[in-house]
Amino acid sequence: MNRKILCTAAILVALAPLAARAQNPGTIFIQNATVLTVTHGNIEHGSILIRDGKIAAVGSGLKAPEGASVIDATGQFVMPGIIDCHSHIAVDGSVNEAGPAVSSMANIADVLNPDDIDIYRDLAGGVTAANILHGSANPIGGQTVVIKLRWGKPASELPFEGALPGIKFALGENPKHSNFPTPPGVTPRYPGTRLGVEEVIRQAFIEAREYKKQWDGYQQRKSAGEQNLIPPRRDVRLDPLVEVLEGKRYVHAHCYRADEILMLIRVADEFGFKVRTFQHVLEGYKIADEIAASGAGGSTFSDWWAYKMEAYDAIPYNAALMAERGVIVSVNSDDAQEARQLNQEAAKSMKFGGLSANDALKLITLNPAIQLGIDSRAGSIDVGKDADLAIYNHDPLSVYAVVQKTLIDGQVYFDRQRDIAQRVTLAAEKQSLLDKEKKAAEEAKTDEKKTEENSERKPEKKPGQKKKPPQDSDGKANGNTTIASGVAGGTR
Amino acid sequence: MKLHPHRHMVLVAVCAVMLIGWVCAARGEGGEPPYFAVKNARIVLVSGPVIENGTVVIAKGLIQSVGTDVAIPPEAWVIDGRGLTVYPGLIDAGTNLGLTQDDDAKKRGAGPAASGPEDRPATTPWRVAADELKTDDKRIESWRNAGFTTALTVPDGGIFPGQATVIDLAGERPGDYVVRHRATVPLSFKPVGGFFGFPDSLMGTIAYVRQVLDDTAWYTQAEPIYQANPTKTERLPYDRTEYVLSRALQNNEIVLLPANNSIQIVRALRLADEWKIRAVLYGGQQGYDVAAALAASKIPVLVNLKWPERAKDGDPEAEQTLRELRFRARAPGTPAALAKVGVKFAFYSDGLATPKDIFKSLKRATDAGLAPDAALRALTLDAADILGLSDRLGSIAPGKIANLVLTDGDIFNEKTKVKHVFVDGRWFVIHEETSPEKTGEKKPGDDDGARSRQSQHVEGVGR
Repeated sequence: MNRKILCTAAILVALAPLAARAQNPGTIFIQNATVLTVTHGNIEHGSILIRDGKIAAVGSGLKAPEGASVIDATGQFVMPGIIDCHSHIAVDGSVNEAGPAVSSMANIADVLNPDDIDIYRDLAGGVTAANILHGSANPIGGQTVVIKLRWGKPASELPFEGALPGIKFALGENPKHSNFPTPPGVTPRYPGTRLGVEEVIRQAFIEAREYKKQWDGYQQRKSAGEQNLIPPRRDVRLDPLVEVLEGKRYVHAHCYRADEILMLIRVADEFGFKVRTFQHVLEGYKIADEIAASGAGGSTFSDWWAYKMEAYDAIPYNAALMAERGVIVSVNSDDAQEARQLNQEAAKSMKFGGLSANDALKLITLNPAIQLGIDSRAGSIDVGKDADLAIYNHDPLSVYAVVQKTLIDGQVYFDRQRDIAQRVTLAAEKQSLLDKEKKAAEEAKTDEKKTEENSERKPEKKPGQKKKPPQDSDGKANGNTTIASGVAGGTR
Repeated sequence: MKLHPHRHMVLVAVCAVMLIGWVCAARGEGGEPPYFAVKNARIVLVSGPVIENGTVVIAKGLIQSVGTDVAIPPEAWVIDGRGLTVYPGLIDAGTNLGLTQDDDAKKRGAGPAASGPEDRPATTPWRVAADELKTDDKRIESWRNAGFTTALTVPDGGIFPGQATVIDLAGERPGDYVVRHRATVPLSFKPVGGFFGFPDSLMGTIAYVRQVLDDTAWYTQAEPIYQANPTKTERLPYDRTEYVLSRALQNNEIVLLPANNSIQIVRALRLADEWKIRAVLYGGQQGYDVAAALAASKIPVLVNLKWPERAKDGDPEAEQTLRELRFRARAPGTPAALAKVGVKFAFYSDGLATPKDIFKSLKRATDAGLAPDAALRALTLDAADILGLSDRLGSIAPGKIANLVLTDGDIFNEKTKVKHVFVDGRWFVIHEETSPEKTGEKKPGDDDGARSRQSQHVEGVGR
């Protein structure tokens, strides 16, 4: 129940008009905070100068330039905006194109939904960027995109500029469709085994290699001046796989078990591409050296465990153990709700595995930034990086920490005080709209009654005559009756 | 309905007796006049200033002349238009009038589960609405009686359901109705796979359309190369979808993209740009939020008149979000918002059961700030323009198809009655309504009022 109320409140707040959205970036000065830079320690009574959306200076002896808008963060903590390396928010429609075993033609970037309330909720949890992934229903899934949580901006302004696009792979049970029964009459989809998952991936890359060869050959003959050439067909399914082969697209592979992870490393070696991140990677601790050697990152849960057979060997020490062996590790949410408390998810690795506070913070800032290839612009508080910041009232690794403000490109996209202030006006607007609808519905009812009475007064009306059937809820009426009433064309 | 070869006086008398026929056409084998004139009427040209007291002459299905000083051909039947206003026939830019909405039509969209784009799921672009037109659809009469003379009728079922046809709402055989048989290529982004077939997601559907359009572009490029060099080029396989769409797109046929809320609208604008198609959006109800983007794109919109409403049989305790409430409150303001920034738009009735509902919906749009003349333009000339038929439809001007509505007042006033309708120069006298309960029970002559009204028209008609 509480949760429902919370959600409602969040919706109200999030739907705030432009006022809730960020101001123009100019010069912003955050002062007197504990600045958790992640790369070069914590600065007590520190300040951050932001110019045109970038961090211009960080330190303890800074003064606010004239005309700067000042955010006084006395007693508060500023950390880099949280980066969620596994998210499914802001997607219009299903996150799975589950029909074909290789659904690489589907692209999350086509269906970004900037109105998704989860964007705002995650902002309220300090998240500023997220890796929006296709689901795990296919050995090779759809194309993925890294976004900034620029609430209020159109879909075209969400993607993280310069971030390489990705593609989702999935190993294990999900791509076998083994979590739900195939209905009778439907042919079960291939693959049905882990062997088959491997084969599907290999087959797809064999095709992609052939496809690339065709195009290269065509371009060669064309540039040699050959006339009347018919080009190969474009294949929207294979295009992204060619990009993987060319290193222009990252592979984010959903996986659980050590054996399947090793399998994908071998397949990637065979075709000459790299897996950028292993997602979930719950048994990563068993083969941390191999993952590290492959150059892949590991993006895992803090302590989700045993929700299915292939997750039974998960341990909460996974993140720390992989990190110790040199794997770049992040902790992700895979869930819109959990994304609001990724700070606490990171903190768990201090308890389980003994990570330092700074290394715990890295799990949700610098490390996912590295995994997504955006670390030159995000993931730490350093001069020249984007001013993507989360301001907490306590140390973000404390359970008491609540986000006060979230900034992206130096703009305040979430402000807790403003949020609280708006709840009243939004509730009032909602009530007035509800009242209006109620009134309109009552008026419509009265009109209907009047019409009925009128028709009953007509002399032709005989007692016992069948009344006109009521209209369907969608306004469509049944059969001829309505059609005939439509013939009242003379009067409308 | 059957048309009678009687002289007009007889005809009207017959009509008065029949009464079950709401409409009578003074057209039949041998007896019909190809010339009409409406004189002394207020004429709303739409393409020019209103003529307060003028004459329209109709000759062989076209408007021959209009103005204050117009010669009436001696063979014309003349209608005295005193007290009447003449409008161009209204255009409903999205219906399924004349198309069967049976289970077969629905199934056609489903088909067997596809494993990828190569299986061409839910794709039948070769279906043309004109070829499936059933003229016994009772709604055709009711739409016409309300002043609609033209409609875009759109096949349903699937991602590429077929090609839509512009029809005029009268004729003796289906072919007579057809103004342009391959008028638009409608698209749907509704997933059809149901988790076990392709595509079963919005993004999969968009990817599929992208593949089909790529294939079509490939075929368009490859076909002439192959035809010119058949001995040196690998033979092209035949794919009905590519073949049909290639021709449709080379004919510059409009592609209708679904886009109702602001997210869908912005996305459709981007896809239209990417796909380099001549796009028109349909739905458009949250256009109020993205009017500027629409204006910048210069892409027109067909606005659905079935405004969003709270589900009548929904859970009364269900939480109504502010977003939904706002959408329901503001959607009827979309036409006004579009008009303000110069977005070209037309209206369509899909989802509404009767013309009465159409005018109710239009009233909500004008109540929300849409100027009545802008509403009229959207229902006439702008609709014709969007459909690429403004050279022959949408206004009262010499040479245009003689689609006219004669009313006894302002067409948007709920008390106004439609008195006559011309479709392709075919004359229909519109009689007083008979409520559905009474139809078939009432004896002829019961309603003297109706008869006298008909007589009135008869008096106005003479050689």
